[in-house]
Amino acid sequence: MKKMFDFKNMKKGTKDQLITYAMVIVVFVIVQILASTGIMSSLMQGLLVPLCTYSIVAIGLNLCVGYLGELSLGHAGFMCVGAFSSAFFSKCMMTTGMNENLRFFLALILGTVVAAFFGFLIGIPVLRLRGDYLAIVTLAFGEIIKNVINVLYIGRDADGFHFSMKDTASLHIADDGEVIINGAKGITGTPHQSTFFIGVVLILISLFVVYNLVNSRSGRAIMAIRDNRIAAESVGINITKFKLMAFTISAAIAGAGGVLYAHNLSTLNALPANFGYNMSIMILVFVVLGGMGSFRGSIISAVILTMLPEVLRGLSDYRMLIYAIVLIAMMLFNWAPKAIEWRQRHSLKGLFAKKTKEVQ
Amino acid sequence: MSFISNLINGISLGSIYAIIALGYTMVYGIAKMLNFAHGDVIMIGCYVVFTTMSGMQFHPIVSVILSVVVCTVLGVVIEKVAYKPLRKASPLAVLITAIGVSYLLQNVALLIFGADTKSFTSVVTLPSLKLAGGSLVISSVTLVTVVACIVIMIGLMLFIKKTKAGQAMLAVSEDKDAAQLMGVNVNGTISLTFAIGSGLAAIAGVLLCSAYPTLTPYTGAMPGIKAFTAAVFGGIGSIPGAFVGGILLGIIEIFGRAYISSQLSDAIVFAVLIIVLLVKPTGILGKQIHEKV
Repeated sequence: MKKMFDFKNMKKGTKDQLITYAMVIVVFVIVQILASTGIMSSLMQGLLVPLCTYSIVAIGLNLCVGYLGELSLGHAGFMCVGAFSSAFFSKCMMTTGMNENLRFFLALILGTVVAAFFGFLIGIPVLRLRGDYLAIVTLAFGEIIKNVINVLYIGRDADGFHFSMKDTASLHIADDGEVIINGAKGITGTPHQSTFFIGVVLILISLFVVYNLVNSRSGRAIMAIRDNRIAAESVGINITKFKLMAFTISAAIAGAGGVLYAHNLSTLNALPANFGYNMSIMILVFVVLGGMGSFRGSIISAVILTMLPEVLRGLSDYRMLIYAIVLIAMMLFNWAPKAIEWRQRHSLKGLFAKKTKEVQ
Repeated sequence: MSFISNLINGISLGSIYAIIALGYTMVYGIAKMLNFAHGDVIMIGCYVVFTTMSGMQFHPIVSVILSVVVCTVLGVVIEKVAYKPLRKASPLAVLITAIGVSYLLQNVALLIFGADTKSFTSVVTLPSLKLAGGSLVISSVTLVTVVACIVIMIGLMLFIKKTKAGQAMLAVSEDKDAAQLMGVNVNGTISLTFAIGSGLAAIAGVLLCSAYPTLTPYTGAMPGIKAFTAAVFGGIGSIPGAFVGGILLGIIEIFGRAYISSQLSDAIVFAVLIIVLLVKPTGILGKQIHEKV
């Protein structure tokens, strides 16, 4: 409560953070009340965990697009890595009788770390590129990850793990063994452990991480690189280090989203629909509509764009079409000279100027 | 013999990539943007041929011409509506818009034609060529594809070297402002580039669907990205580069599918892209451009 007293004199960044945390918690409480009174349909309740997943990945991507200023089309790939590594771990540990919550916690850590590791590995070569090239190479990496997982077979029996990239027969597992990752069929029987509560906690943790990063010395260095790479370099900012840092954290957050996603499904497989380039674009739409650089916006737009087609039934066929139009319209509205002129004429003084962040 | 037939298939697929890559490379050279929607223009072209030829019983040549016209108009309209207002915007904004246009085209096609796979009838109905006593069969589509690719490439190079509009394209790609000062109609030239690129996309689409006769709203996306890979591979902005890159990429893909793994062929193509961009970002025939402060 002590913080609330000097709310007005607080730094703008801190205030912004507190509003976002409060918003997430208030929404959580409202949803809990609605769910317990039975007003919320089961369909809606089924959407809650995916919503958290999308919000988390959108926060991660926003760090990359809004603050680092580089478009990544491979975040679905990082999600995929996080999802599969954690589901694999959970599946392996199911027979050991480990405490369920501890197992899920470890799976979460593992998924995040593995995604961060991949982000780091991919980031080293990718971040040497810029702009369009970077976007297309992250897309390429995402597709490669998806393709490789689709031909990956891992089984286990008394002798240990067996690994193949051809089919289940070439695993040579004993009769008592089991196939854990079954190529394109993926992983079946992942424990159902993601709950809305865990999702909200993860959103809060991700927000905490990104806000602290953005408002730190490193965060300012990252934004300096975004605004002018050459100028940043000439004042002694280590470009590679900070780019890699932002990209790795961004990938790790996407991985955490993937863990949540994996433990919400009984069958996990890498389809173009869930871990392909379409997913990356969907997340990008959330980021763009919410405003690049605004984490709160990402969460709000993820919630609205996921809920809207479900609430307005007739709209669900047009969901993708709406996403596409949102992308184009937002960009034209923000950047077209005529739109800028119109906005300046029709806006109250300073109302818009404050909100539009310049991202280059 | 399987090696030779794989090689021929690779060249044929590569020719299709080359034609698509020409569209990418010209637009990239002039507008300095990655036209993500290029692959989806291909798909629209295929649907035009499919509806007019299979649905309305048009002559194949008539429907191909119609498809070229539709795609050309579409390309110009996309440029005018979505890209032109953003010419001074940040590259990130333009890229996101292009992704949006690509997504829009896919979903409009999805709403109009449905998600089910259409089986495309080949527009080339000539008999296939049998060599070496029938052990090596080259389909007529393959021959037409390769010939079309070579004709288009030579035609384009002549167009750029010999005509005034072609020279204007070169000038705009070198320096937009200087070209404008010299009296070049920059907007017109950019529109013309989009028109040519999209028209070529229609031809590439017809050839692609004749060789691989399945048509869905997502048909264009993968070949589009691969053709961009080809354009980068050969050196973006260079017309012979698009040709060389396309052919090489086609051969790599078919060989990868035949000798390594059919499921990993896409991954192999993307790995090529990554290696090329990291080792020689300017591609095989590209020019080095230094950034000035």
